[in-house]
Amino acid sequence: MDLVDFLAAPLRSGIERHALAEVVLLGGVCGALSFWVTSFRLSYASESLAHGLLPGLVLASLAGAPLLLGGVGGVALAAAMVALASRDPRIGADSATAVVVTGMFGLGALLALSPDAPARLEELLFGDPLGVTDADLGAAAALATLGAGALAALHRPLCAVALDPPGAGALGVRPGVVRLALLMLLAAAVAVAVQGLGSLLVLAVLVAPAVAVRRRAVSPVTAMLGGAAVGSGCGVLGLYASHHLGSAAGASVALALCAAAALGGRLPARIRRGAAPASGVHRASA
Amino acid sequence: MATPAPAVAAEGLTLSYGGDPVLENVSFDASAGTALCVLGPNGGGKTTLFRALMGDLHPLAGTVHVDGRAAYLAQTERTRLDFPVTALDVALMGSLSSGRWWLPPRRSERRAAGEALERVGLGGQADAPFGQLSGGQRRRALLARALTQDATVLLLDEPFAGVDPASAERITSVFAELRSEGRTLLVSTHDVESARSFDLVLCLNGRQVAFGDPASSLGREVLEATYGSDIVVLEASGDHEVRAITVQHHEH
Repeated sequence: MDLVDFLAAPLRSGIERHALAEVVLLGGVCGALSFWVTSFRLSYASESLAHGLLPGLVLASLAGAPLLLGGVGGVALAAAMVALASRDPRIGADSATAVVVTGMFGLGALLALSPDAPARLEELLFGDPLGVTDADLGAAAALATLGAGALAALHRPLCAVALDPPGAGALGVRPGVVRLALLMLLAAAVAVAVQGLGSLLVLAVLVAPAVAVRRRAVSPVTAMLGGAAVGSGCGVLGLYASHHLGSAAGASVALALCAAAALGGRLPARIRRGAAPASGVHRASA
Repeated sequence: MATPAPAVAAEGLTLSYGGDPVLENVSFDASAGTALCVLGPNGGGKTTLFRALMGDLHPLAGTVHVDGRAAYLAQTERTRLDFPVTALDVALMGSLSSGRWWLPPRRSERRAAGEALERVGLGGQADAPFGQLSGGQRRRALLARALTQDATVLLLDEPFAGVDPASAERITSVFAELRSEGRTLLVSTHDVESARSFDLVLCLNGRQVAFGDPASSLGREVLEATYGSDIVVLEASGDHEVRAITVQHHEH
């Protein structure tokens, strides 16, 4: 097989063209978003949202409703339950989240394994980019457009809060509102991306691209663009691997993302010469 | 002639984080162009008072007044050093206070940020990553952010802690300029000797221990009530002729 055949083979199938468009769109927007997920230390929250929405996906699947609808409902329910459980100071936010998410995931598995359920648990957990419909592609395109617009509009407040939350408050930026806006964007991304990558693997596209590019990024914009490129590129790489090696498409994409993160994490950090730290302590006078 | 309204004031202020009060019954005022030192041990309520003056913490009792929105210079240990922004980006964040947060900065705002960096001696470091600056340079970049904000009241949290001599000298010089422009500075510190060079001193230790000019407020009794066993008296001739240092460690 020559190179042209190698590259063109997946494009001959309409299903695979759909899948490629889906992973490019989702990889782009989620890759850009991943910079903020890691900057605001929301990796655990992303995992919680992705795992907690499983019952919503299963119920949508049982009812024959669009998975996106189930995903949105599942995310909203998981977020509300985490918020409620976290209010008890005796439990603590981390423990409350762990209990709620495990409970939701167990409920989802229980529903999916009931005798009346269609055999789709594997697809819901691990995703199937090759199964995306025109409606899924439309949702991914809408997410990419709205997500890019939201990230552009929120860029300056996000930077101010990520660097110094109390200082941002003094500038008139409300850190809690900015964080909530980011969480809502993250929830929307999880609800859409989970259709292609599944409840277990979606985390890869929300964290790995930022890890891959972070050490070489010189600004938030380059980090987001780099993350988008890694997200989309690994999506394409994973689908080509799936086509030529016969591996599962969703898992191949997730593995490509994790490999990129492992490689990027080993790159030396970009250091600017001439900014060497000074030393010494001085006592105040005004 | 009527007395001018204070730029910053608190009356019977009591603050808590949802439980028992952490700072009780604080009353003070400072007029425009005044430098006020907020003195106290770690955990004494200095940063808590600043949070109330920023509107970030609502009083359990009492009132606060600040002319406009106060600028805040945080301790740099509380900033993210791995976040990829330059010194100029940090200075430009001050323009967010104009309210146009969803739009890119105007050309005039970029110019103001560049001038603020020049003023704090970082004009040549505008493109340097914030996390790769020295501690003193980072403090100056945050001061440039406060200058770009153009606030009339500045809250400066331990601005000299861990700062190199060159940065401390530049920061001191900018503080003098700001006072001459009529801006009010509230500077928190636990360094007793530095407090003597301020116009006013407010001593806190979970409550207001003293407020007034340094000569009358920094006596042995007040310092012992403020710091307890953490104070070491070096020289004393009478109650108001005291030289003392604190032996506590800076809080990170």
